[in-house]
Amino acid sequence: MAFFEGNNMTAGYGNGPDIISSCTLNANKGEIVAILGPNGAGKSTAMKSLLGLLNLKSGNVKMDGEDISKFSPQDRVRKGISFVPQTKNVFSELTVNENLKIGAFLRDENLENVIKEIFELFPVLFDKKNQVVGELSGGQRQQVALGRALMIKPSVLMLDEPTAGVSPIVMDELFDHIVKIKKNNVAIIMVEQNAKQALSISDRGYVLVTGKNKFEGSGKDLLNDPEVRRSFLGA
Amino acid sequence: MDFLNAIILLLNFTILPALTYGSQLALGAIFVTLIYGVLRFANFATGDMMSFGTMFAVILTYYLQSLGINFGMLPTALLTIPFAVFMMIFYMLTVDKFVFGYYRLKKSPPVQLAMVSVGVMFVTQAIIRIIIGPSDRRFLDGEKFILKAREFKEITGLNEGLTIKSTQIITIFVTIIVVSTMFWFLNKTKTGTSMRAYSDNEDLALLSGIDPKKVVLITWIIAGILATIGGILYGLDKSYRPFVYFNNMLPIFAAAIVGGIGNPYGAFLGGYVIAFAEIFLTYAYKKFFMYILPESLEPTSLVQLLSTDYKFAISFSILVIVLLFRPSGIFEGKKI
Ligand SMILES: Nc1ncnc2c1ncn2[C@@H]1O[C@H](COP(=O)(O)OP(=O)(O)OP(=O)(O)O)[C@@H](O)[C@H]1O
Ligand SMILES: [Mg+2]
Repeated sequence: MAFFEGNNMTAGYGNGPDIISSCTLNANKGEIVAILGPNGAGKSTAMKSLLGLLNLKSGNVKMDGEDISKFSPQDRVRKGISFVPQTKNVFSELTVNENLKIGAFLRDENLENVIKEIFELFPVLFDKKNQVVGELSGGQRQQVALGRALMIKPSVLMLDEPTAGVSPIVMDELFDHIVKIKKNNVAIIMVEQNAKQALSISDRGYVLVTGKNKFEGSGKDLLNDPEVRRSFLGA
Repeated sequence: MDFLNAIILLLNFTILPALTYGSQLALGAIFVTLIYGVLRFANFATGDMMSFGTMFAVILTYYLQSLGINFGMLPTALLTIPFAVFMMIFYMLTVDKFVFGYYRLKKSPPVQLAMVSVGVMFVTQAIIRIIIGPSDRRFLDGEKFILKAREFKEITGLNEGLTIKSTQIITIFVTIIVVSTMFWFLNKTKTGTSMRAYSDNEDLALLSGIDPKKVVLITWIIAGILATIGGILYGLDKSYRPFVYFNNMLPIFAAAIVGGIGNPYGAFLGGYVIAFAEIFLTYAYKKFFMYILPESLEPTSLVQLLSTDYKFAISFSILVIVLLFRPSGIFEGKKI
């Protein structure tokens, strides 16, 4: 049994068709789990289901053994699940500082220390702390998005394409940060298009195709699996 | 000396009235912009909501006067603000619960909510007509002037007099207090920041644990304060006539759009832009030019660009021009 798990999840948008069917994903504390798959496979949908943004038609979501399938997204956040969506993942009209503070909206204690930790993790942001996030570069914005999600000191962190649209150098930096976060005993689930790099820092990975689990295994196994390589890693 | 007279003339007939009127518009425009920024619809009931709040101030003022209670030199109406604001917020929250809330839950498009607000406008107008009727009411008491033209002339020895009405000073003063408190709240408090976050990115705000119900509640509370105080200040300065409040919606919307809809700071400045434009363009400058030009060049006409009957045309033209050329408003700045 894993710390955070989605078991046999089936879900769709509104009354539409099932986008994911019987999809199972899980992650343990201190583990990075990559979710890979072609565009439209339902990776983002699976994440939204884990957070409760979609209602499950069947299956369940468990955290630390407790079934949280009926919890609202806000209650899941309160339990320590943080989510960085694929798009619109920052408050672009607020400053860096305000973004971080809103990230900790549910926490009452003194935030200064937590904010200081975030700035230690992302030193660039410190210099820009009073700047409006809409005026930052794409890479800096992704750091704000990560920082915002870290403000509640989550035990589960879900990242939907954290490196979308950033240069290879910034991508490596972001991956370094993610590895650092994992060392704080956080369970990390991330969707990535940069499959090779993502797998190289991941402990495990899943490949989703049309909303179903197609392959799963350790990062290394997936990287070396000839079928996975041929269809998803482009080599 | 003539130059000073010319300045006083402008101050008396354009600048001071425009600052006053601009403050009143600014309060209404911030109200429009807040509702638009947070609840995402153009509230056509704005004018009548302002009228609704003012109505309670008028009624309570009459009642206090009948009891012989007054506020000394200041208008009694100022004492009624808390009560009027309370009634206004109560009304707004009731309307939100039974009308707007339903469409918000259904995630109706903004146009639909705007149409719904037209319905709310008609109902509000009807309620006002039932409670207080459509006629013109004056409810200003206390000291009417801070400085009278004659006194000013005696003191300075100038030809032109400067009249400072107490309502002008009260309007400007109260507006500064209300608006600066509101900006402090929006920018410096946790709740205010969460409102701005909700307005900026609703989904992410929900993911951060911000409670949308609380945001909606606070928005109506601030809106109620702005609407009522704006309405009372306008009514004290001119008079309380429900229909005029409905008419004022045009300059108020123009101010909000000039400022960039959704941007409260812009709406605040927009109020003054519209007020100054209206008053500067409809003022007859004949006397002004008589002071500053040599006699040979003195104008024979009134030198009035537009008759005051056209003052709404000015708001309307500004509205259209801004929407055509700078639809995001003429001021830089953060949205709420
Ligand atoms: N809000 C929505 N309403 C209806 N259908 C949606 C919605 N979001 C996504 N879908 C549909 O669900 C399917 C899976 O979308 P999803 O975003 O989960 O894919 P993805 O694997 O994250 O793709 P990508 O790699 O492009 O981000 C798509 O066919 C998409 O059209
Ligand atoms: Mg996606």
